[in-house]
Parts: sequence; C-alpha cells; structure tokens
Amino acid sequence: MTFAAFSDLTVTRGGCPVVDHVTARIQPGECIGLIGPNGAGKTTLMRAVLGLQPAQGHSSLARLPGPDRARAVAWMPQSREIAWPVTVETLIALGRIPHLPRGARPQPADQAAIDAAIARMGLDSYRHRTATQLSGGEQARVLIARALAQDTPLLMADEPIAGLDPANQIATMQVFADLAAEGRSVIVSLHDLGLAARHCTRLLLLDRGRLAADGPPDSVLSADNVKRVFGVSAFYEQTAQGPVFQPMQVTR
Amino acid sequence: MMRLALGLSALVAVLFIGSLISGYSHVPPWKALAALFADDGTPVTIVMREIRLPRALLAVMVGASLGLSGAALQGYLRNPLAEPGLIGVSGAAALGAVLAIQTGLSLSFALALPLTALGMAVLAVLLILALAGPRGASITLILAGIAISALASALTSLVLNLSPNPFAAADIVFWMMGSLADRSFAHVWLAMPFMAIGWALLASVGRGLNALTLGEDAAQAMGINLRALRLRLILGTAACVGAATAVAGAIGFVGLVVPHLLRPMVGARPSTLLWASALGGAAMVLAADIAVRELLPDRDLKLGVLMALVGAPLFLHLIYKTRKELA
Repeated sequence: MTFAAFSDLTVTRGGCPVVDHVTARIQPGECIGLIGPNGAGKTTLMRAVLGLQPAQGHSSLARLPGPDRARAVAWMPQSREIAWPVTVETLIALGRIPHLPRGARPQPADQAAIDAAIARMGLDSYRHRTATQLSGGEQARVLIARALAQDTPLLMADEPIAGLDPANQIATMQVFADLAAEGRSVIVSLHDLGLAARHCTRLLLLDRGRLAADGPPDSVLSADNVKRVFGVSAFYEQTAQGPVFQPMQVTR
Repeated sequence: MMRLALGLSALVAVLFIGSLISGYSHVPPWKALAALFADDGTPVTIVMREIRLPRALLAVMVGASLGLSGAALQGYLRNPLAEPGLIGVSGAAALGAVLAIQTGLSLSFALALPLTALGMAVLAVLLILALAGPRGASITLILAGIAISALASALTSLVLNLSPNPFAAADIVFWMMGSLADRSFAHVWLAMPFMAIGWALLASVGRGLNALTLGEDAAQAMGINLRALRLRLILGTAACVGAATAVAGAIGFVGLVVPHLLRPMVGARPSTLLWASALGGAAMVLAADIAVRELLPDRDLKLGVLMALVGAPLFLHLIYKTRKELA
C-alpha cells in the first residue's frame, strides 16, 4: 500500500523548470522531511503533488476528485491565513469539512477528532480564545491542529515549525514522528536540518527543482550533499542522545 | 444561534407589521390590518393590498438580498469592506434604468425600467465572467468589478451630461437615490424569481466560505471546488443585487454594514453570517422605509439617502471600535 506516488513531476515557470522530474512513493509510517535551499521548489513540489498546481507527470493524489483527496491528505500551506476572528475550536473544526456531507451537523466522531487534535497540539487552554488574537507561533500550532483534525492517512505541511519556539518545534516534530509511528505518514518541509535529522525517518533533498537525494537522514545529510546543495559545512555525529546535525560554515 | 435566529425573525416580523401600518393615509393600525385580510369594500383594502403590502414585501426582499450578498462577498473575498456593489452589477443596473428613463422607454409600459435595469445587470455579469476568467484568484474579480463599475458610472454621467431634457435628468437623479415608494405587485413578481435563484445560489456557498477562512489553497485541499464556488457567488450576487437595484434603485450600506454588525454575534462564522445578514438586511431596510414615511411624510425622502445618512456614521463608529480593538 502507498499513500501517495508521483513520478516525473515537472512544473515549469517562464520556460524554466521549478520542479524537475521528481519521482517518489510515500509508504505508511514515514515521517518525511522535505529539505533544500530557498527557491529549491519545495512548496511548488508539494502543491503539484496535491494537484493545486498544474504540472506535467503523474501524481496519484492530484488525480483524485477533490472530496476524495481531502479524505486522503491534509494540507497546511505556508501562508498561515486566518481570515475571521473565530474561536480556536471553531477553526480546528473546519478540518472536519471533508467528512461532513453538505449541511450536516458534526457527529460525535467529528468532535472526537477535534478533541484529539487539540490534545495532541496541547491547545486545550486555548479552545475558546479568538484565533486571530493569538501570536504567530500559537496560530501555527492551531493550524497544525486543524490539519490533524482532518484525520487523513497523509499529512503535508509547508514549513509548519517556522517561527515556533524551541520547545514547540521539538514537540511538533515529535507529533509528526508519533503520527508516523502510528502508521500514518507526514511530509513536512523545513529548514532546520538538525530537527530533520533527529525526527524524520526519510529526507527528500531538493536542489534547483531536482531530487538530489532521497533516503534515511544519515545518507542524505552526507558532508558532500550538504556542501554541494546548501553550500555549508556541517558537524554531524551520532551521539548518546541521538543524531546531532549542526551547520558550521559557509563554503561557497 | 437559535436565539439570534428567533430574535432577528421577530424583529423582521414586527417591522413588517410596522411597515404595513405606516404611510400617507392615516388609518388606525388595527383597522388597516383588518382591511388587509378581509375586503371591507373601502379604499383602505386597496391601499393595504395594492400599495403597502407590496412595499413591505419589497423592503424584505431587497433588504434580505443586499444583506445576504454582502455577507457572501465579504466571506469570499475575506474582506470586511466588500459590499455587493463591488462587482459592478448595481452600477450596471442603474445605467440600464437611466437609459430607460432617458429614452422615454420607462413611460411605454410599467416594467420597462426594471426590465432594462435587469438586462444591463445580466450584461455586466457576462462581462465580469469574461474578464475575471474561469480560473484566477479573488483579486481578478475585484479588479473586474471596479472596471465595470467605473465604466457604468461614466456612461451614466454621459447620459446625464448629454440629456436635453431637464425633467428626465431630474427623474434620473431621483431614481438613483433609491426608493420603495409607489411600487406594485408587478415589481414583486418581477424581482421574485431572480432573487429566489440568487438566495438559493448564495445559501449553497456557506460551507465553501467557512473553508476559505483558511485561504484559497487550504480550502481547495479540503475538497472545495473554488471555480464552482466563485461561479455560484457571482451569479447569486448578480441575481440578488441586479433585481434589487432594478426595483428599488441604488441602496447602499446595507450589504456593508449589516454583516459587519452581525459578525460578532455569530462568532464570525461565514456560513452562519449568511442567513443572519439576510434577516438583518430585511430588518434594516424595513426600518429605514418606515422612517422615510414617518420622518418627513410630506417630502418624499428617498430611502437610499436615509440609508447613507444612517449607514455612514454607523460605519464610522464600527471602524472606530475596530481600531480600538486592534490598538
């Protein structure tokens, strides 16, 4: 069983390939970190996989009809939009839209999914706060909970931990790792290679639209790859407390 | 939510009765209402059935249409400053009415004016759909709306500018102020089918508007078909606003202020705001239409003028309050 498969996915913008023949399969139980420098095509690749962006090639998710896709994958975009001053609970409940027939009232199962998402992200004390009045980091956690409430096999999130404090960054990555351990899968784009090395089971390294490496963190984060793609040298070692990755110097 | 629904419905009902018993001819309220239900052979029955009842019905229909389309557009554009006039349909409908008055067509048969106005509204919708394209973000809809509004108002000014007939020009100016005076059941039946279609279309967008709280990308990923949503929204708003402008002229501020007023009371949920704004809009237009008859009974005070006079300060107050909350 695969949760998503895409092959030769290509997006061109102004004649220039932004995503260039990327192929991968997502199996259950994977916590996948999508890494690469700015402009490498991470967001475009994820949107193309979802079918939100016209692309050449094949993507199993993009071919699904909208409502079916919404039950197969949840998506947290990079722009953390909250348009109206609704309560945190109301906002998280929006994640149940794909499961509710038009005009239907939320069932106990829906409330259970909402409560589970709130509990996972530690937002219980925020339930009745107004979402637009929260800080940026708190809003990000609420939006992650919204995606969790969609209760899909696959979760895709675009830089969900950017702007979070260290404790919440680690806690959020741990939530993603837990989801993977439960048999779901997560694709998360991120710039913190240290967290990627510690929490992801697999990394996809993008370099100018091409998939430069795909595999477990210790093979993808080789000194050669890191130097070639990111232009930095790095300290990377397995320690008693798990892998430690720290970028050190700019090499280019 | 239940209490708000009951409260707003009760308010509309009370104002509807209030609208029925206010007017130029002074008849005791109980007698007027009795004459509405039982034909007592006096002119009172004719006044009630042929003048006041259609007027009160039109106030409800126009108010509900404007409130509903205002809430829908604000929800779609995720902007509390959007109003139904924004997509250019009311401007085009007004141009149609102006042309009907100027050419004398409006004198040829009773419904010539609202029919021309509706025709222009339909033309504006087709133009918007062509300009804004089948795909494309909400921003293209705003830009297309602004362009069409500007064109319609320029053409309206041109007609006024070149009008050789001062009476027609005065007629045009008065019509554009918006009013529900001297309307008949013919107007009700003309507007009703368009408004009913518009209400049905706009009632179906609630779920999509809720999802759009998270932005267009997230909404689409939640299975919302944004193209279908936008089409329903444009057609629904156009049917509502086009029909309202065709029978009542330009009545501003309802679609802007009512959703704004009610948003805190529905917890800002876009879907709940739809029906709440329909009821609220009906109440607001009914109240204003009672006021124009009671404040200056001898001087045909125009509904649109009163609405702007009340609406603008109310809006300023809302902005002031929002500013304080943001500070």
